[in-house]
Amino acid sequence: MKLETAIAANRFGLGAKPGELDKVDRNPRHWLLDQLQGPSRPAREIRDLPDSASVLVDIQDLRREQRATRSLEDDEPAPDFVQKYGRTVRRHYLEQTNARYRNAARTDYPFHERLVHFWSNHFAVSADKQPMPAIAGLYENEAIRPNVTGNFADLLIACEQHPAMITYLDNQRSIGPDSTLGRRASRFRSERTVGLNENLAREILELHTLGVDGGYTQDDVTSFARVITGWSVGGAAENGRFAEGTPGEFEFREIIHEPGAQRVLGKRYSQSGVDQGEAVLHDLALHPSTAKFLATKLARHFVADEPPAALVDELAATYLENGGELVPVYEALVNADAAWIELHSKYKSPHDFVISSLRAFDHVPDNGRFIVGALDLMGQTPFRPGSPAGWPDTAEHWGGADALYKRIEWSNTVARVVGSRVNPVDLGDAVLGPAFSASSRKAIGRAESNVQGMTLLLASPDFQRR
Amino acid sequence: MVNRRDILRAAGAGLVASSIPGLALASANTEARFVLVILRGAADGLAIAPAYGDGNYARVRGELALSSREINKLDGIFGLHPALADIHDQYRQRQALIVHAVASPYRERSHFDGQDVLENGAAGVGMLRDGWLNRAIAPLGGSLGNEVAIAMAQNTPLVLRGDNSVTSWAPSGLPDAEDSTIERLQDLYAGDEFFAMRLVQALDAQAIAEADTGMTQMNSRGNEAQQMQTMAAATARFLRAKDGPRIAVLEAGGWDTHANQGTTSGALANRFEGLDAGVRTLREELGGTWSKTVMAIVTEFGRTVAVNGTRGTDHGTGTAAILVGGAVAGGRVLADWPGLRNSDLHQGRDLRPTTDLRSVFKGVLAEHLQLPDAEMHTSVFPDSAAAPSMRGLINSA
Repeated sequence: MKLETAIAANRFGLGAKPGELDKVDRNPRHWLLDQLQGPSRPAREIRDLPDSASVLVDIQDLRREQRATRSLEDDEPAPDFVQKYGRTVRRHYLEQTNARYRNAARTDYPFHERLVHFWSNHFAVSADKQPMPAIAGLYENEAIRPNVTGNFADLLIACEQHPAMITYLDNQRSIGPDSTLGRRASRFRSERTVGLNENLAREILELHTLGVDGGYTQDDVTSFARVITGWSVGGAAENGRFAEGTPGEFEFREIIHEPGAQRVLGKRYSQSGVDQGEAVLHDLALHPSTAKFLATKLARHFVADEPPAALVDELAATYLENGGELVPVYEALVNADAAWIELHSKYKSPHDFVISSLRAFDHVPDNGRFIVGALDLMGQTPFRPGSPAGWPDTAEHWGGADALYKRIEWSNTVARVVGSRVNPVDLGDAVLGPAFSASSRKAIGRAESNVQGMTLLLASPDFQRR
Repeated sequence: MVNRRDILRAAGAGLVASSIPGLALASANTEARFVLVILRGAADGLAIAPAYGDGNYARVRGELALSSREINKLDGIFGLHPALADIHDQYRQRQALIVHAVASPYRERSHFDGQDVLENGAAGVGMLRDGWLNRAIAPLGGSLGNEVAIAMAQNTPLVLRGDNSVTSWAPSGLPDAEDSTIERLQDLYAGDEFFAMRLVQALDAQAIAEADTGMTQMNSRGNEAQQMQTMAAATARFLRAKDGPRIAVLEAGGWDTHANQGTTSGALANRFEGLDAGVRTLREELGGTWSKTVMAIVTEFGRTVAVNGTRGTDHGTGTAAILVGGAVAGGRVLADWPGLRNSDLHQGRDLRPTTDLRSVFKGVLAEHLQLPDAEMHTSVFPDSAAAPSMRGLINSA
């Protein structure tokens, strides 16, 4: 069996399922490239999830119910409401998490799926801010999944116009000072401050496109924030101007949009309405800084924490030559010899570790709690990186001492449940192939029980790296 | 009492040490305790310590201004947010001080770069790959398996990463692996330094946690205030353990208040409540050890002075830092106050920083942990001659 087979299945894929390596071994690079053809093919439980608009409407109804029943003496919401709201959000969160990891545990397109997770993390919305836990998984399926093999500009626009992103980065009520509503507010000297919120604009520049050193200034942030005033969500209020639009869907609100031309990165944008923001995003997508930033992140994810500069340059050039089309970039990555030199160049994140364990065991959890519990324990709660920067992608970050200990504890717990079914040495051969070192093989073969052998296999450096 | 994990740790440390030349076994040589709390997301210094006595404060803060009746007064100019009640109590007992209009040398507005500079201790982003607190602890003794510093999380934040061995700990709900499994893993890891060292470090923390019956039952459930209290209680258990770590790092997120940050109540007030509960819990759980403790509560940068369009604040520059603990020479606000008129502000929008946060850290490291001055300006905080060590932060007693 070829070394490339282990690299393809474990570093580019999500870890081998028993039997998968034989399939990959026929032609590892083709096996990867074939997964880029055609649309995403997620499992039924992902396709069966509700859409985010309907979930947002449910949640909004709940909030309105809360306001209506709020007691007059104190401002606290009624306890039974808090419980009901929490239960609803948690149900959605567990359902989406479960669907995501069940799909990842079984899919025959693991490279494709890894790309979905990669971009979902690049455009992270974190489930520590309401109502993100109820829609983060849906956002991944609606904004990311359909666009991972398309053009980056489309992916970018789909993400920035998704209600999850708009809400997460506070853009729905960012008001242009010279917009109709902004002028009215200042004329009436309303108590409430009316104006910009630069959160989304800044993070688009810093995290989604140019990167922090990509050559923008505070003035660019502010004018870009003006450009995307009005990018909002339908039905954002019960009545009044913010109630307009299809509830839970992207809504452009002319009434709060800053009129007139804006200058971003030295270029004047005189379009009106939503076109102005889309024009900026199109230009940002094809900016050389964006190409460099995305190429670095991809190479770091798939090749090494410190990716070779030549590879990054090659990917960035490919990206620009192809007008932001993503498949040629993935192809360049797969075809780069630098990507195949080292067998174990990455320390798995907890997310990678849990998915690859499930695949190795051929075990599909039927309860989202199991996954959330495991990843929470290891410091990577699903859809909850804690900031719009997403999860880091280096061994430096994931290499905490306690984090390794938690992996050991979890391996031991899982091995007790499923460990007696299979022989750990056979399983190591089946899922690691040529990446299973002789010393690990020997140590695991000497284990005092199947359960212990399975714990050693999962906790072994061979399995913990990809 | 010697426990199981202790034995495994010692054996493992021996195993690793024999493969890495020059690795000595030693415990910490200081009794001082230092807790660094990093508030991630840029906490609003003007909400932590409102400048109620500044004639421009109410005007520039608009609907987010707190009145002099709402705050807990510190002096004629500054107050503390009412949710920081325990810290205010400590202030009155001269065990807490506020440093205002403070910032790291970072002057842009990215959280992630800001945190990088706050933690790497260099003059700029990405200039160092390890943390200032890791570099600082070299003279404090400690060794692999006897770590001087602990990160209260699964993973180690940048500020503690580096050549000096540190450990980390977070609560677990899972059963412990059998001793024989750990022993076999030590063998399996013997040829792989990355894994071998981390297992020994983890076993150090496990040995302390196991010797303390309260800790094995801890879990990470509950709301944020409860989680903060759990982690503060665990921190105290580690810091008071005999031969345990002397330095701990805690992190808390959720300070990026772009929308509806609230005043006496609301999102930010809830964070303050959690933080305050954490300080109280740490103090109570530390008992007599509190008198030897300094806790520094810091954030990557501040927020805009003016309120934005969504009743929040955007990324700014100057902010406030809190020192609290029995060893703090408190009861004071240290501020070279820049003022809040538009012309006083950094780039017309942010509180202008007048104190370098590195000066505060240097003062604590020098006077509290007795670390040598010379290294402070070179290896710990390179190129920081412009940020002299702040003196008199610590009780001389």
